[in-house]
Amino acid sequence: MIEVKDIFKKFGDNEVLKGITANFKPGVTSLIIGSSGSGKTTLMKNMVGLHEPNSGKVIYDERDFTSLDTKERIEIRKEIGMLFQGSALFDSMTVERNIRFPLDMFTDQGKGEKLDRVNDVLERVNLAGKNKLFPSELSGGMMKRVGIARAIAMRPKYLFCDEPNSGLDPKSSIMIDELVSEITKEYDITTVIVTHDMNSVMGIGEHILFLHQGEKWWEGSKDEITSTDNKELNEFVFATKLMETLLKKK
Amino acid sequence: MVFHYFGKYILLIQAVFRKPEKYIIYKNEIFREMVSIGLGSLGIISIISIFIGAVTTVQTAFQLTSDLIPKSIIGGITRDSTILELSPTICSLVLAGKVGSSIASQIGTMRVTEQIDALEIMGINAPGYLILPKILGGVIMIPMLVIVAIALSITGGYLAGTASGAISSAEFIQGLTTDFIPFTLFVAMVKALIFAFIITTVSAYQGYYTDGGAIEVGNSSTKAVVISCIAILISDYVIAQLLL
Repeated sequence: MIEVKDIFKKFGDNEVLKGITANFKPGVTSLIIGSSGSGKTTLMKNMVGLHEPNSGKVIYDERDFTSLDTKERIEIRKEIGMLFQGSALFDSMTVERNIRFPLDMFTDQGKGEKLDRVNDVLERVNLAGKNKLFPSELSGGMMKRVGIARAIAMRPKYLFCDEPNSGLDPKSSIMIDELVSEITKEYDITTVIVTHDMNSVMGIGEHILFLHQGEKWWEGSKDEITSTDNKELNEFVFATKLMETLLKKK
Repeated sequence: MVFHYFGKYILLIQAVFRKPEKYIIYKNEIFREMVSIGLGSLGIISIISIFIGAVTTVQTAFQLTSDLIPKSIIGGITRDSTILELSPTICSLVLAGKVGSSIASQIGTMRVTEQIDALEIMGINAPGYLILPKILGGVIMIPMLVIVAIALSITGGYLAGTASGAISSAEFIQGLTTDFIPFTLFVAMVKALIFAFIITTVSAYQGYYTDGGAIEVGNSSTKAVVISCIAILISDYVIAQLLL
């Protein structure tokens, strides 16, 4: 479980996070949503240690990440997988080397064992046989799937996804959402997704955190999100005509 | 403000020299960088060196109009100016442009495409993994390039001098072998080592702290070349003062 306790973050005079507190449970797909500039990516970056909070705590299974030194943090980071908005695959490496990279760095497995693991995760993301391709030869959706494969190669306990379906067509978006949701259940991972895509919210949002102007404005599930009377959340949810139309039909 | 950036630079260098996660991976990266920096720059360094030596000889011969000065001195001047100044400094300035801009744009692109964040999330010491092989590749290969440059400069001087009739072959070789001080070679190697460290670390620093997109990567690359060149010239003066 990941516990976020009273996180504050400022950039200069701009207070981006104002005392966010939340819990993220294993086996549950949690979504952090909100309009642009609401602080959702900043919250995720504070959780994984890419930014340091001004105050507050991030606790990974009773280990206070914020108070650890670099060496101790590395141990927790080995348990974290992350899918970046632009996939962040290493351009100079093939798909196979990208996925094998954390295994090369942190395990003493033999070549065959590592290759087996690479093939396993590639099969899991429906990219079996694409080992020798370079990132430049992949489509956006394939890059995201390789990103997921790399993130789960080390069997992480925690999975973070930053806008996993940005820039993808609706069909690929649904495929990525379902893949992340299935992996979360299959490996009992604590998954946190930052998104502003309502399709994802309605598709896989078991636990949803809505941020507004750096504050936690609402928390609930996809079943509760359409019936809330929270004004700001309704403005966000019903910003697209599609959502409005679908709900009227319902 | 200068102290702020210098402090950040020192902290980055400190992170670079942290214990590597796995030596074998770093070893492969070091070899890759040695090939990229060394072999990748051999062509341009060879061309520049031959012409530097040729021009030095021809211009020295042009300035020596007195009959009281033996022509063999041209060989000595070409040798000393090549070893002490022209080869280490000009080669390093060229390498600051070629290698430095490549390092800054490579690391800068990795920064803006979140590849460095990905390394950090995996628990890898990103400065160590990305920058240490480049520093070691540079400090091993740049002195070697300077040795090649010295040899080619002297050869270029010999060819230009004898071909133009400014000096005979025997006179050039006599000048080359008279009053040679081996310490000058040591000074050249010290310069090459320090310049290599400056080129690789300054460029890596500029790339590592790139913030933004394609334009900022270009800016980092430009800054890396400009700052490296200035730092090379300043340290050239300091080394000359201290060692000569």
